Amino acid sequence: MAGFLQQVVEGLGAGAVYASLALALVLIYQFTGIVNFAQGELAMFSAYVAWQAMAAGLPFWAALALTLAVSFAGGMLIERIVIRLVEGAPELTLVIVTVGLFIFVNAAAGWIWTFLIKDFPNPFPRGALEVGGVSVGFSTLGVLGVVALVMGLLYLLFQHTKIGLGMRAVAANPDSARLVGIRVGRTLALGWGLAATVGAVSGVLVAPLLFLEPNMMGGVLIYAFAAATLGGFDSPAGAVAGGVIVGVAETLAGAYVPAVGSDLKIGVPLAIILGVLLVRPRGLFGRAVVERA
Amino acid sequence: MTQVEDAGVDARPERRRPRWTPTGRRRAAVAALLAAALYAPFQLVPFHVFQLTMVLVYAVALLGLNLLVGHAGQISLGHGAFFAVGAYTAAVLTHGPGLPYPLTLPAAAVVAFLLGLAFGVPAVRLRGLYLALVTLAMAIFLVPLLKRFEGVTGGSMGLTLPKPGPPAWSGLAEDQWLYFLALAVAVASFALVGSLLRSRVGRALHALRDDEGAAEVMGVRLPAYKTLAFAWSAMFAGVAGCVYTWVIGFVSPDSFTVNLSITLLAGLVVGGLGSTAGPVLGALFVMFVPSIAQDLNEAAPGVILGLLIIAVMYVAPTGLAGLAGRLIRKIPRKE
Repeated sequence: MAGFLQQVVEGLGAGAVYASLALALVLIYQFTGIVNFAQGELAMFSAYVAWQAMAAGLPFWAALALTLAVSFAGGMLIERIVIRLVEGAPELTLVIVTVGLFIFVNAAAGWIWTFLIKDFPNPFPRGALEVGGVSVGFSTLGVLGVVALVMGLLYLLFQHTKIGLGMRAVAANPDSARLVGIRVGRTLALGWGLAATVGAVSGVLVAPLLFLEPNMMGGVLIYAFAAATLGGFDSPAGAVAGGVIVGVAETLAGAYVPAVGSDLKIGVPLAIILGVLLVRPRGLFGRAVVERA
Repeated sequence: MTQVEDAGVDARPERRRPRWTPTGRRRAAVAALLAAALYAPFQLVPFHVFQLTMVLVYAVALLGLNLLVGHAGQISLGHGAFFAVGAYTAAVLTHGPGLPYPLTLPAAAVVAFLLGLAFGVPAVRLRGLYLALVTLAMAIFLVPLLKRFEGVTGGSMGLTLPKPGPPAWSGLAEDQWLYFLALAVAVASFALVGSLLRSRVGRALHALRDDEGAAEVMGVRLPAYKTLAFAWSAMFAGVAGCVYTWVIGFVSPDSFTVNLSITLLAGLVVGGLGSTAGPVLGALFVMFVPSIAQDLNEAAPGVILGLLIIAVMYVAPTGLAGLAGRLIRKIPRKE
């Protein structure tokens, strides 16, 4: 039993990381209807920015603050420069443009920082908390805490500020929002900036666990997609719940299903994506979309 | 009818009509291209012949992808997986039962077609971006899967195979023989897809790409056509994979990472979605641009590819093929 609980705890830690990237995906999807295939790469780029800041001598938390600011500005810039031009284009175009962004950001990181792996310091203390035979690493706790914090801040922003109200209005109906005087363009850029910031948190959380290299987020992105699909692409809370479920499912499948093992764990998100789309395409917490042809 | 003929004989303006009608030009261009393709391997050093052979392989894969993305308007971020399935089908059948290589081609085509069909059935229920997700996940999943079934696939080490040798009567060198094999497969594939697109199937695919609702009202059975577009498209990717195995004589999981899938889509976008020349131009791009850019920096191919894809989507959604077409139309016709 203790062994099982231990696996669940490991799964929770992994799931929190997936949840943070899924949250970023969902934010952008809500505002622009775009599934951003480059989200993982942007998070990876942010992690490199943090690494560079620390290499320049900044302490971890200062580097983090700088990274978040840079990511926010970067996300807004990308929306203004790249995404604005294809707003309202067919889905095929949007997917291709974000795939182009994916390739570009990935290669740009390789160009600037080379493809050699880099060590990334873990901000949380070593060691673990022993609870009833289960050891919960401080780093797992830290990751869970950070994701809960991000979630809470986003909730406050969306539900209790004027900016958040405007953002919800734009997400619900851009045309009506424009009519009541909301600057829709700015709000969309804000949404991308916000998503890039949340993604940056995820990148900084992943980097110490996986080693920093340009292809670091490739696998994580698939888990985040599974999380967002499971939770529903239009539900931030669903994305977090989905991330945690995906993390636990993946860890348990890796540990207890011999056919999966440690090498085929990547099949778990694939199965989840396929299963959810076939059984309940809107996800656990999403709204069903009704389309008029 | 007679009136038109009379006019043709008598009236001068009719005689001045340009002889190079669009169809005529196209036929002449294809004939010239084929002649050049037949002549090239006797003029080039083996390495360049090999490069051209790979261009043909990629062209067939992009032809399949174009059928799905360019003509049917469905997206796939995982076509490298079908390519890999074709390559591995050929490799495993040659390595294990020792099947003669010409037979591996239909085998690879059938296996890839069936797999495409199997994925096409759930894909019908998925809208654009979900399809992209599923196909991407599939491409990522394939690599560990190939490594797992070590007994059959040779695991991470891959399989090394003998390359098809030229028959004695031909008097060709090995690289030239492989080139002509690839050329034959490519010409047959292009002819097949060309006639497919001119048939009612092609019109149905275009209709569902342009407006699903309208297409359905006009009597196009969406599920059937979407599934089949997926399956055909997978089949051509599988055929290309099979020829890849013949040419390279080696398969390993790491040759078929998700990067291959993304590069294929990128090549097609740059070459030109939905055009006949697109796959060929895209294949030239996939083969030569990364290796040239590589000299600049390890990451340069990706930077160039990424920027180009985005730029193409903005300024020239029809890709290089569309640009070339526009230029050709600008050339003043001789009177």
